[in-house]
Amino acid sequence: MSTLRIRADLVEQIHRHAADTYPLECCGALLGRDDTEAREVLALLPLPNRQQESPRNRFVVSAEDVRAAERAALQQGLELVGWYHSHPDHPAQPSAFDREHAWPWYSYVIVSSGSGAKLELTCWRLADDRSRFEPEAVVTMVEAPR
Amino acid sequence: MPVKVIIPTPLRPYAGRRESVEFDARTVRDALDRLTTEYGELRRHLFTEEGRLRSFVNVYVNDEDIRYLQKENTPLKEGDQITIVPSIAGGTDGAVAPAAVATATLSKEEILRYSRHLIMPEVGLEGQLKLKQARVLLIGTGGLGAPLGLYLTAAGVGRIGLVDFDTVDFTNLQRQVMFSTADVGRPKLAAARERLAALNPEIQLDTYETRLTSENALDILRPYDVVVDGTDNFPTRYLVNDACVLLGKPNVYGSIFRFEGQVSVFGMPEGPCYRCLYPEPPPPGLVPSCAEGGVLGVLPGIIGAIQAMETIKLLLGRGDPLVGRLLLFDALAMRFRELRLRKNPECPVCGPQPTVTRLIDYEEFCGIRGEEVSAPTATVPEIEPRELKARLERGDDLFILDVREPHEYQICNLNGYLLPLGELPRRVHELDSSREIVAHCRSGKRSAEAVEFLRKAGFRKVWNLKGGILAWSDQVDPSVPKY
Repeated sequence: MSTLRIRADLVEQIHRHAADTYPLECCGALLGRDDTEAREVLALLPLPNRQQESPRNRFVVSAEDVRAAERAALQQGLELVGWYHSHPDHPAQPSAFDREHAWPWYSYVIVSSGSGAKLELTCWRLADDRSRFEPEAVVTMVEAPR
Repeated sequence: MPVKVIIPTPLRPYAGRRESVEFDARTVRDALDRLTTEYGELRRHLFTEEGRLRSFVNVYVNDEDIRYLQKENTPLKEGDQITIVPSIAGGTDGAVAPAAVATATLSKEEILRYSRHLIMPEVGLEGQLKLKQARVLLIGTGGLGAPLGLYLTAAGVGRIGLVDFDTVDFTNLQRQVMFSTADVGRPKLAAARERLAALNPEIQLDTYETRLTSENALDILRPYDVVVDGTDNFPTRYLVNDACVLLGKPNVYGSIFRFEGQVSVFGMPEGPCYRCLYPEPPPPGLVPSCAEGGVLGVLPGIIGAIQAMETIKLLLGRGDPLVGRLLLFDALAMRFRELRLRKNPECPVCGPQPTVTRLIDYEEFCGIRGEEVSAPTATVPEIEPRELKARLERGDDLFILDVREPHEYQICNLNGYLLPLGELPRRVHELDSSREIVAHCRSGKRSAEAVEFLRKAGFRKVWNLKGGILAWSDQVDPSVPKY
């Protein structure tokens, strides 16, 4: 299983973004480094949900926003390593829709949002053959690495 | 011509970890074909099983999105740079309500119920769960709504919304197989709910006992994944189309008339909408409704079943939906034909520069209000059924003119002189303008046209039987059957 290391304050920030956006889905980019042993998330880039018609259960990051995220990563000397989004009133499990629209290699962080929901954060990577999402271990770091 | 293809980071592991590759290619399609031939593992990430570019794959040629060029046929010249840019999408499946989460599995009973679906790999457990979490809205529970409601409920679509405000009457039973004789007089939604819940108690049924209007349409449609149009009138059809385009929802369209039917899937981003096909409604009165023109009862069964099949394919994400294709069915010839539909770049609703950005007044758009004002019924002299009966009993010399068709005359008649409306101009000399004439049809609409025509032709003593044979049966002689 691959591992994603993420700073505790960024986990907090993702939950806050999800809560602020609830009952709609929030989304954003994960910027960091992709070393051989573990991938690290060192910054976030919250993005607008471009899915305007059903933002309660769908999110879209447009190609233009993806390019903007790549530029933002480059400016900070980082790499675009993945994406986060929220599942309002749903568990933090990838949906079939998530999988059908996923890209390989990226880390997909999912958080649950909503009053009744347990605040979960999970991370997933698409299998090479697109057949499933494989869970990625999330290691929360209290201090900034290095 | 050598061009350069830039590989995005997530795809590099499938392209020998390279950031870019160079090929000789003349079009974008050509370049992508070469790329995926050389790096076979890339194919499944860029193309669907049917070979179409995945919806979240964007291709740029020198910073220009090929969607605004010639798409995959965009020609390339030496030194062009092709960039593959992801767009990222996702979200939860199924209903927004938390209750739906708990149901994202199948019970033992459900596995048994849906076993014939589950053993097909194209559906399987995953597909059945998709159906269970799907939400479909049926507009109309009439002839098309019957097979739609029954089959979608039987198939296990988890949540089905029904919109109708009518009651069941005897003339419905010849084709609306969801209802039984005992349902006559009941609201359609109550009868439908009972029938569908008996068929599959697991399904959540939402009923909207209202006319779909520009005011309520967006709110009613919003919670659903797919909208199925089973309406029989133009204002509602345009309303459903526009609302689906505005909300970005697929619209499974079907229509029937006499022996012919049409089916298509509108409202998909890559495909046309109903307005691309028919920008303007037909003039009021030109296209008769089923009540006026008739319909063979089996026809909505066939067309509604095709709509149900298209709905399930959309929900499963399987097969080729009728997007950009209009399926025409002719029952007498027993033949299916298909027309290619193009997205109209100037479509006022789904085109790049839409002029209709919110719902409008569809009755006005279809000229219905205008028709009411100028309808001949409002202007021609009329006679009430009871008055006609009294005058006939007094022995007045009245000439009864029946302007219906011969096959209607066979159903019932008032012993009048049969001269179908369409033949009136040619056969007007058969009538004696010195006699008093009372014209009638089934409902009074066609005979009003006849009266207007005769008045213009110089007939002075001519009246329309108000309400036609239907009113005669209600007010004078209940033994005359209504049809």
